[in-house]
Amino acid sequence: MNKELSREERTDALGGMGCKRKRVEDARFTQGKGNYVDDIKLPGMLHGDFVRSPYAHARVVSINTDAAMALDGVIAVLTAADLAPLGLHWMPTLAGDKQMVLADGKVLFQGQEVAFVVAKDRYIAADAVELVEVEYEELPVLTDPFAALESDVVLREDLDPTADGAHGPRKHHNHIFTWEVGEKDATEQVLDEADVVAEEMVYYHRTHPCPLETCGCVASMDKVNGKLTLHGTFQAPHAIRTVVSLISGIEEHNIRVISPDIGGGFGNKVGAYPGYVCSVVASIVTGVPVKWVEDRMENLMTTAFARDYWMKGKISATKEGKITGLWCHTTADHGGFDACADPTKFPAGFMNICTGSYDIPTAYLAVDGVYTNKAPGGVSYRCSFRVTEAAYFIERMIEVLAIELNMDAAELRRINFIRKDQFPYQSALGWEYDSGDYHTAWDKALKAVDYDGLRAEQAQRVEDFKAGKTRKLMGIGLTHFTEIVGAGPVKNCDILGLGMFDSCEIRIHPTGSAIARLGTISQGQGHATTFAQILATEIGLPADSITIEEGDTDTAPYGLGTYGSRSTPVAGAATAMAGRKIRAKAQMIAAYLLEVHDDDVEFDVDRFVVKGAPEKFKTMKEIAFAAYNQAIPGIEPGLEAVSYYDPPNMTYPFGAYICVMDIDVDTGETDIRRFYALDDCGTRINPMIIEGQVHGGLTEALAVALGQEIAYDDMGNVKTGTLMDFFLPTAWEVPNYETDHTVTPSPHHPIGAKGVGESPHVGGVPCFSNAVNDAFRAFGLRHTHMPHDHWRIWKTANDLGLHG
Amino acid sequence: MSNKKVFKLTVNGEEQEFLAEPRELLIHTLRERLGKTGPHIGCETSHCGACTVTLNGKSVKSCTVFVAQADGAEITTIEGLGNPDNLHVLQESFKEHHGLQCGFCTPGMITRASKLLEENPNPTEQEVRFGMAGNICRCTGYQNIVKSILAAAAEMNAAKEAAE
Repeated sequence: MNKELSREERTDALGGMGCKRKRVEDARFTQGKGNYVDDIKLPGMLHGDFVRSPYAHARVVSINTDAAMALDGVIAVLTAADLAPLGLHWMPTLAGDKQMVLADGKVLFQGQEVAFVVAKDRYIAADAVELVEVEYEELPVLTDPFAALESDVVLREDLDPTADGAHGPRKHHNHIFTWEVGEKDATEQVLDEADVVAEEMVYYHRTHPCPLETCGCVASMDKVNGKLTLHGTFQAPHAIRTVVSLISGIEEHNIRVISPDIGGGFGNKVGAYPGYVCSVVASIVTGVPVKWVEDRMENLMTTAFARDYWMKGKISATKEGKITGLWCHTTADHGGFDACADPTKFPAGFMNICTGSYDIPTAYLAVDGVYTNKAPGGVSYRCSFRVTEAAYFIERMIEVLAIELNMDAAELRRINFIRKDQFPYQSALGWEYDSGDYHTAWDKALKAVDYDGLRAEQAQRVEDFKAGKTRKLMGIGLTHFTEIVGAGPVKNCDILGLGMFDSCEIRIHPTGSAIARLGTISQGQGHATTFAQILATEIGLPADSITIEEGDTDTAPYGLGTYGSRSTPVAGAATAMAGRKIRAKAQMIAAYLLEVHDDDVEFDVDRFVVKGAPEKFKTMKEIAFAAYNQAIPGIEPGLEAVSYYDPPNMTYPFGAYICVMDIDVDTGETDIRRFYALDDCGTRINPMIIEGQVHGGLTEALAVALGQEIAYDDMGNVKTGTLMDFFLPTAWEVPNYETDHTVTPSPHHPIGAKGVGESPHVGGVPCFSNAVNDAFRAFGLRHTHMPHDHWRIWKTANDLGLHG
Repeated sequence: MSNKKVFKLTVNGEEQEFLAEPRELLIHTLRERLGKTGPHIGCETSHCGACTVTLNGKSVKSCTVFVAQADGAEITTIEGLGNPDNLHVLQESFKEHHGLQCGFCTPGMITRASKLLEENPNPTEQEVRFGMAGNICRCTGYQNIVKSILAAAAEMNAAKEAAE
């Protein structure tokens, strides 16, 4: 007989929560055996490609497809006129608006889909796109949301200007909604009576998630069986199935949506795009599979921009620096259609988390959404709905207030943090923060970097600069962010009426291994690794014996997908709860086998033991077999469970970040000397994966803060449509990051986990930006807009007179 | 089509002969004609490096090479670097050091790294960062990719020393 293992050895053998388990996904990815959408090749498959508008605003006078149709190998060219009889020339957006699938009389942004060519291969399709003749009549272009609200030019002629929109009254024909939270009059009174008020316009520029794999799909209509299979880059496969059913009329049981391996999402793959609709229609029409995969330029120009928020802020404080009120008015540029991916009741997402980590007694937020001649989207690029915007806003406002008060920005934060004993904390803008210990995290961070030492060095650098001894300035970027993730409670969170719960279904096999299926879908987060760890701890079977499967709507339970850091808070909770149902049944089986009462056995790592007699036990492996082998009175055979988890609240991860940056005043170049990131995501499931998420999120933050943008000229031309112009940092530009953590579990989550994937992005952007701004504080700079590319930094230095 | 021509390639040691249009991009030849779907398409403008293969001993971005330019070439893709029973040191190292997340850049990244370590078997961290700057990763922030490559270099050098 084997030597009896200790409790600790048995725990380690499971590979459960808290261990740095290596990823099970990596074997196939490192050998080039991933299965991404563009790898899917079905018999007889055709290829689709779009004719797109070169203009940002124009009438479509005519479309002539004769020459394209005459090309050998072209099967069809679809236009809005072809889709109209099916009612598919427009489609509903996630934000309650509608969007043209193919141009219906006019175009509203450059790159808009005008016609869809279907051909035998992608080369013929591309040739045919060139042969489609479209006659346009140019219209005045509006790229500035403030000008759009003043303009006589009507962008959306399809909408009745006097009727309410999806989120209430519209004030102007280019206005979409007004969303107000908090107390307007009380906040304005606080501001009027305050010792000090700092005011600033903080613009968070338009950018794009730009995952390395673009969006695409393969639609395959089986006319014999009446079944539609849709493979695609979907962050929410079940929601896509429901949407496809609603707009196509195909019953949901006849639609199978499959998200295979996904090459990064970052929010880009949440929405439904015209390419999906056109591929489905083309497959229905032709009866063979149709593949559509956008190229990089199409991706950057058309599918899912992020941000584009003009945030006007006022923050008030006492002379001593105690914040008394916060006021924010945001003008949100939504482009030609409102296709923002937010829960229905939140047209500006969770922007009302903009009071941040601070105990601000009175606050008011208003957001006005505006149509312009830009691409639709407004997705949450590596953040929970609009949380990056909120965090950037408050962390810039704190810095501006520190300047106004002539105070150290670290100390200003410190005296305004929500205290540990205030949790659960009711914010002035309506959230209940679940848990936090901001002071501990902050002090740990400041100590780790020797904050006082850094400030002394910075002061010396300023002296040296003034004395002509150096041309480099030093910036210290500070950020303490609080995220709101894990959407969310069905009572206030839904998308298209679908409650934002999530799910897990577990089947234990007779020999003691298992498969668990979830409503989420990994895009690189390593779900197959970490969800198995949660289950290993919950059900006492080794993680290596548990397969995790996601992304096939025919097999996985219904869930709302992966974005907004919701997988761990929601599906992770469902996983733990389903595991507990397995355990509850296992307890009854164990009691039967051990011939004791149910209450007389208890769970111990990988087994049930008789209380007080640990030598009497049944392992979970034995119990699994018994579930299929024994006729147990009153207990059904088998060992399976399913859980649909509706979270009682959001989770609120937080963190303290510090960036030390040198800036060359003459070239505008930045050199990140040090970046310290402390994250508190509650209970940590796999520290290796958490660290990887933090590195990645910080690098995407560096990109956004230091150069990445979707820029337009006055004609509405996209100026950053390729990776030549759209900044993605390489290994050469990226520093090594120092990671650290504290652990403040979520009190309402079954395992105390809060989610982490997006924290480093939410906290990283203000931290990099604050470092740039801070470098020039001694020379009178209050605020300069992102992205801080070399040219803009050089210009800031020049405007401050630092070039002599 | 009438303008198709016969081309020959040696891919991962296997000779291939086929008819194709000269304008066909090498990445499409590899992925769609020859079934080597390890290299991926991320940008089609030579920026991202997801399509990186080794062509006649050099790292090449196969999304901007016509098949006609590659006629007669020897090509190695990720599929030719190792196999399930005998992984390349870099494949092991990327797994060990969490050098990948979504996996989309990984084949190009590892293929490029294998060439880098041939060119410079003992690189510094800065040399790895510079030598890998043609390959973009959106997930990892590069820190663990650099770590994976440095660890693989150390392991390969130790194995070489032991063999000598």
